[in-house]
Amino acid sequence: MTKFDKNLKGITRREMLVGSAVAGTGLVVGYSGLSSVGGGAREALAAGTFDHQVFLTMDASGTATVHITKAEIGQHVGTALAQAVAEELEVDWNDVRIDYPDTAEKWGFMITGGSWSVNWTFDRNSRIGASARIALVEAGAKLMGVPAAQCSASNSVVSDNVSGASKTYSEILSTTTIDRTFTEEEMKGLTLKKFGEYKVVGKDIPALDIPDKITGVARYGIDVFVPNMVYGRLVTNPTRFGAVPLSADDSAAKSIDGYAGVAVIKEDPTGVNTGYVVAMGETYWAAEKAAAAMKVTWDSGPNANTSSADIVQAAKDSIADEAQGFTWVLEGDPEGAMSKADTIVEAEYETSLGYHGLMEPINCVAAESNGIWHLYTGSQFQGRFTAMTAAALGVDAKNVVLHQQYCGTGFGRRLEPDGAVISALAAQQIGRPVKLIYTREHDLSFDFHQTHTVQKVKAGVNAAGKIDSMSHVVASGWATKRMAPGFLAESVDKKGKIDQFSTNGSDHWYDIPNHYVRSVENTTAMAATPPGQLRAVAPTWTWWANESFIDEVAHKIGKDPLDMRLSMLSATGKNAGTPPNTVGGANRLRNALVVAAGKAGYGVKPMPANTAMGIAAVASQERGSPSWTSVVAEVHVDPSSGEPTLKKITVAMDVGTAVNPNGVLAQIEGSALFGSSRVLHENVTMTNGSIDQQNFDTWTPIRIHQAPEVDVTIIQNGHYPAGCGEPVVTCVGPAIANAIFNASGARVRSWPITAEKIKAAQKGA
Amino acid sequence: MAVLNINGLSYVADAPADTRLLWVIREHLRLTGTKFGCGMGLCGACTVHLDGEAVRSCQIELADAEGSRITTIEGLDPKGQHPVQQAWSELQVPQCGYCQSGQMMNAAAFLDSNPTPSDSEILDAMQGNLCRCITYVRIKKGVRRASEIMGA
Repeated sequence: MTKFDKNLKGITRREMLVGSAVAGTGLVVGYSGLSSVGGGAREALAAGTFDHQVFLTMDASGTATVHITKAEIGQHVGTALAQAVAEELEVDWNDVRIDYPDTAEKWGFMITGGSWSVNWTFDRNSRIGASARIALVEAGAKLMGVPAAQCSASNSVVSDNVSGASKTYSEILSTTTIDRTFTEEEMKGLTLKKFGEYKVVGKDIPALDIPDKITGVARYGIDVFVPNMVYGRLVTNPTRFGAVPLSADDSAAKSIDGYAGVAVIKEDPTGVNTGYVVAMGETYWAAEKAAAAMKVTWDSGPNANTSSADIVQAAKDSIADEAQGFTWVLEGDPEGAMSKADTIVEAEYETSLGYHGLMEPINCVAAESNGIWHLYTGSQFQGRFTAMTAAALGVDAKNVVLHQQYCGTGFGRRLEPDGAVISALAAQQIGRPVKLIYTREHDLSFDFHQTHTVQKVKAGVNAAGKIDSMSHVVASGWATKRMAPGFLAESVDKKGKIDQFSTNGSDHWYDIPNHYVRSVENTTAMAATPPGQLRAVAPTWTWWANESFIDEVAHKIGKDPLDMRLSMLSATGKNAGTPPNTVGGANRLRNALVVAAGKAGYGVKPMPANTAMGIAAVASQERGSPSWTSVVAEVHVDPSSGEPTLKKITVAMDVGTAVNPNGVLAQIEGSALFGSSRVLHENVTMTNGSIDQQNFDTWTPIRIHQAPEVDVTIIQNGHYPAGCGEPVVTCVGPAIANAIFNASGARVRSWPITAEKIKAAQKGA
Repeated sequence: MAVLNINGLSYVADAPADTRLLWVIREHLRLTGTKFGCGMGLCGACTVHLDGEAVRSCQIELADAEGSRITTIEGLDPKGQHPVQQAWSELQVPQCGYCQSGQMMNAAAFLDSNPTPSDSEILDAMQGNLCRCITYVRIKKGVRRASEIMGA
């Protein structure tokens, strides 16, 4: 959470410079390189020392370019971020452009994930737009020879409100020099528009990246070509992780027309994997044939005997051993309260390994030129790509540049630099640029999968029918420990570090006075299935357990699940919320529940036979940055086969302020179906260290004819904008499971929910 | 050496006869709007038109494409304004956009053969095309809207 607070402030203890080097060349808005530099922007620009974190550039024609350090993974993030700048800049939207810079230190931390992009930058981007507008108004007033105080800006024009004279941004930028420095205090003190005053924010502006995606000209990583490159294709490792190639015999490959050589990489200091064999060809087809002809001897490594059942067993053992793991939540006296409970309810939930399934498989072009390594690919974590590729190559990170491309979606998969590292190592060995493209089979087998999880939840209910005590143990792979150990959090008992991003969501907003959460690392899962972050991350599983469990408790004590939830959302104490992100607290979750229930007709609308609704509510992604979300799922269960059919999903989501409502709607529609697919249609399993599923015939995500109707209500109340790409994913699963129970009496506690599991649960019930 | 007719132009491709058409189009001729997704004809990202029929270019050998009229997303409409493209733009269908060339090529060929489809015919026709952003809500609406634009 500290990371979050730091970023929310947005404006650091540095000055913001708005300036131009010489008259008539536009302006640049960026942080000063150092605290309180003497000269202003003009001096630095003129001296060529202005190499700062630049957010906005305007040219003499008045065109404003907002520099986007995020990845376009389908969320149209550039458009939303530019809307925040444009709103305060008072620029004509037709003059707004975006670009995606190459990596350089000056851009700061470049990461895309966590539904953070808008949430972390809205305030900052608003202030950047406002500072540039103020500089333009001041320059325009000076040109007109009137006090700035009597001027205002709108639609790229500065007007003198007394005489009615005006100067366009283009007229100002093409004639004058702008040199304005804003201190930290000044930046913080800027008056920004409020909800209700917006002209650009809150509008369904068409996404700036869509036109090129309709004509086929948008360039993704896989579409990059560089001179003299060869194609690289992996020879399949015998296990997901831990295998090392001992030798590669390419005598058969040599007879293939266009064969270009083989790279045998026996160690990788970055730990992306433990070894690779890359077959190379002058064409993709030659590389593919060469890979098939390559005879490789492997040491299969330590995970060659690990299968899914071993991962599950390790999780169960670690849950049973109370000495394992660390405390994430401790409120009141959970054990004491549990011992006094009138009714105890206990259940164990599982989620399966998850595959990202990016339509654009992992790829990268790596090329060295004059001592600089160039990486061409789509990345959600640019700095990690350049640092790890540098480490693998043994060069200085400053000599690695990533050229950002459009991403054939991301979902956290493009936080992982394996494509960059492997293509660069292969290029280093062969001495030519390499374009590495994973096959679908490699993309599926060598994913950084969403971890398998087991969770045990226990509640003590008092005589009045209230949950008085709750204990929740989460056993999972700890992706953060593997990929960004600096983000591990101190446990509340100060006994060790915890992966907050494998546990969060369990720190929910219900009034439960005695609450305990323990988080345990599943070391078997960590070793055999290196976990990554997959869209919606831990709340995918923690809310799955929480929200399935609330229904189970309600049914056990004869309460309505919706009433039970509403009775636990008093928005008092720690659940009262704090500005800006959680103002309103649990009241907002209660409202979302009421809206979704009302819209769906929960408990009211007549249902056909064997059909029922289920409800769930979440405050994802993080306790510090929630979108208050409720989902009602309507499911039919075939009484003879047990086959579940998802008929409809009703979503209500409080995002505070929707910067681009149609974009928010697209994210909610997609994430509702994404969550459904994960729970009902997708499965990944491991046998003897390797992934069983290989392509879309065995890994079978939802297809269009299986998609239910989706009804969405976006709740806006003018509070600070929350992220919208992930939260619904975390809410759909339990809503579906709760609906299946209501329709069939079958409580299924593991993914995927299948007809077989429903039939088995009915027999057991 | 093969001669291909793509989007009304002649291309010479120097590739073995068994090379899949997808790789020739994308990597040899650099018409990269056609995408690789699975290599098994399961996802539809590589859909192009062969004599007006939607086909999976990852399953077609170069030799079998010679003599046919091939259309890719770049040639669907000279101005990028095919009714399907108009509908996709109006409804803001693409998210990441990677699968959408294939979606649009599939939808265009389908509507050519069935200009006023029922909802279930749309679902039948489009179920071979995967989208991982799962834009199915808008794809469904987009095909319907394109049909309206074509009829107008």
